[in-house]
Amino acid sequence: MRLADKFTELEKKKEKALIAYVCAGDPSVKATKEIVHALVEGGADIVELGLPFSDPVADGPTIQAASTRALKAGMNPDLYFEMAASIREKVPLVCMTYYNLIYKRGIERFARDCAGSGITGIIVPDLPAEESDELHDACKKNGVDLIFLITPVTTGPRMEYILEKTSGFVYIVSRLGVTGERVDVAGSTKNILGRIHTNVPKAVGFGISNKEQASEVMKAGADAVIVGSAFVNIIASGDNVNKRIEELASELKDSCRK
Amino acid sequence: MKRSMYGKYGGQFVPEVLMPALTELEEAYERYKNNPEFLEELDYYMKEFGGRETPLYFAKNLSKKYGIRIYLKREDLVHGGAHKLNNTLGQALLARYMGKERIIAETGAGQHGTATAMAAANMGFISEVYMGAKDVIRQHMNVYRMELMGCKVHAVKSGSMTLKDAINEALRDWVTNVENTHYLIGSVVGPHPYPMIVRDFQSVIGKEVREQIMEKEGRYPDSIVACAGGGSNAMGIFHPFIQDKEVMLFPVEAGGKELKTTEKEALHSASLCVGEEGILQGAHTLILQDKDGQILESSSVSAGLDYSGVGPELAYLADIGRIKPCNVSDDEALEAFYELSRLEGIIPALESSHAVAYVMKMAGTGELGDLVVINLSGRGDKDLESVFRLKEEGEKKQEKEACL
Repeated sequence: MRLADKFTELEKKKEKALIAYVCAGDPSVKATKEIVHALVEGGADIVELGLPFSDPVADGPTIQAASTRALKAGMNPDLYFEMAASIREKVPLVCMTYYNLIYKRGIERFARDCAGSGITGIIVPDLPAEESDELHDACKKNGVDLIFLITPVTTGPRMEYILEKTSGFVYIVSRLGVTGERVDVAGSTKNILGRIHTNVPKAVGFGISNKEQASEVMKAGADAVIVGSAFVNIIASGDNVNKRIEELASELKDSCRK
Repeated sequence: MKRSMYGKYGGQFVPEVLMPALTELEEAYERYKNNPEFLEELDYYMKEFGGRETPLYFAKNLSKKYGIRIYLKREDLVHGGAHKLNNTLGQALLARYMGKERIIAETGAGQHGTATAMAAANMGFISEVYMGAKDVIRQHMNVYRMELMGCKVHAVKSGSMTLKDAINEALRDWVTNVENTHYLIGSVVGPHPYPMIVRDFQSVIGKEVREQIMEKEGRYPDSIVACAGGGSNAMGIFHPFIQDKEVMLFPVEAGGKELKTTEKEALHSASLCVGEEGILQGAHTLILQDKDGQILESSSVSAGLDYSGVGPELAYLADIGRIKPCNVSDDEALEAFYELSRLEGIIPALESSHAVAYVMKMAGTGELGDLVVINLSGRGDKDLESVFRLKEEGEKKQEKEACL
């Protein structure tokens, strides 16, 4: 299922989207498949599957640790695509990874492997729009969305340029910093949502971990919330993981229905 | 060629949040790099605070033993004991012109961190330095040096806990505090415009050599030899000679234990010699990576060369054949460390010992010509403890073998 179809479907139901992130292979392939199932059961509309990289500069300690666990457990790109292809949940899957893994595999091949394994979008936090022509073309050719990020310091012509290039949705970074849970959702989120004029769905991430924050962000005009570290923390705890993941997803999804 | 590229290398592979900061930095640099007031002030700092210019010293005993004329560019005499201060003074001054209040930096062995702390203390910045937790233990006196100058040192416990991880952590700090903070990168690595800015501030080395060698020898050298980790001292001495095609340029990388790569790590740091194309910490360059593109940990007896990547401009110059990448092993570097100390009364940094070692090794082959300049990028005082430890280990091993 393409991202655009998912957003259209949700719009008909007057719902907003819950996008959940987990790191593939943390702590094992089998566990990830169960976790994705729990996320979808709980109500996640889109699942971002992180392909772990040794040097994740855009990630805070929680997702860094998840990446390390997954790499230690043997996750690699071949295994990743194999796993993605075996996931049968009825939600779009999005790959989040760093550019060197894409470059090393071959840009065209990476996009093709995404399309072939049911991955419908790619997010690359260390690939700004200016450097993305090759991957952008490869994604277009293979029918995969390339999703770009916008931050509180993105302004003027660059904002326009990014909005032109992004497809599927635009990933709005709610505040300066790396991924990870935060107590407050900054006022900058409201500000930035007010500045973005586009028909592409607006998804807000970085720092959102509970339903209050999710509601706040939706109220400010977001079409989706992205939650990562809060799920990853549950996985890291190893305690009753699937049940708690499903509960958190369900709680967050509730705030998408109001 | 895009302005940010060196051939196919370079670029700006960074999180979106840093793009405006890179543009701001580039614009500021273009605005001030030829500004008389800026240049005059920089010149003042370089001379009065840094101790420039540094001598180009004719190493008579080394020359005699190896049969060619060998000069040492004495960057070990710069304040702080290494060439690193050339760049930190330049960037700190630029940060002041840009109105930044806070400076962050990464450091491996602690040389760049120390040079950052010096510049920051002198110019009145808040400074914080990221250093791998392993390096904090290995180089505790450098940590103390930084702290003495009012700098806060963060021990980075992620990844391999060395330089690469310190850069990651500094980038994460910058992503968070980009509005009031300047990230003072210590080598010709990272996203554009850093490789250009660091190269330009370090080019003072090569510019001085041009005049000094002309005065002493009446001609340019046949070869210039410099060690290369990220490559800042190499680019600094090479850059002013790039157009002089008759001058051969040799970056010497750390060959480590051997030029081999296991599944998890490289036993060396020779990205120019045996690395592959990839994207690391903001730049498309030559890097040490596994078959999937995961970055491999590098290895070297010298912490300052211990890095999994190399400056993109060096990768480009190697591609077009303008520089000739080479490497020497840990053992060869150590031998040069002893040799220069004994012959000339100059204790070189283990990094610079790699350049000395290459000249010792190749002098007899004729490949370097008759007149060679070595960039002696730093002094060896910081390495005494680790060399002493290696010597003890070596002796123990010999005793053990003798007993068998």
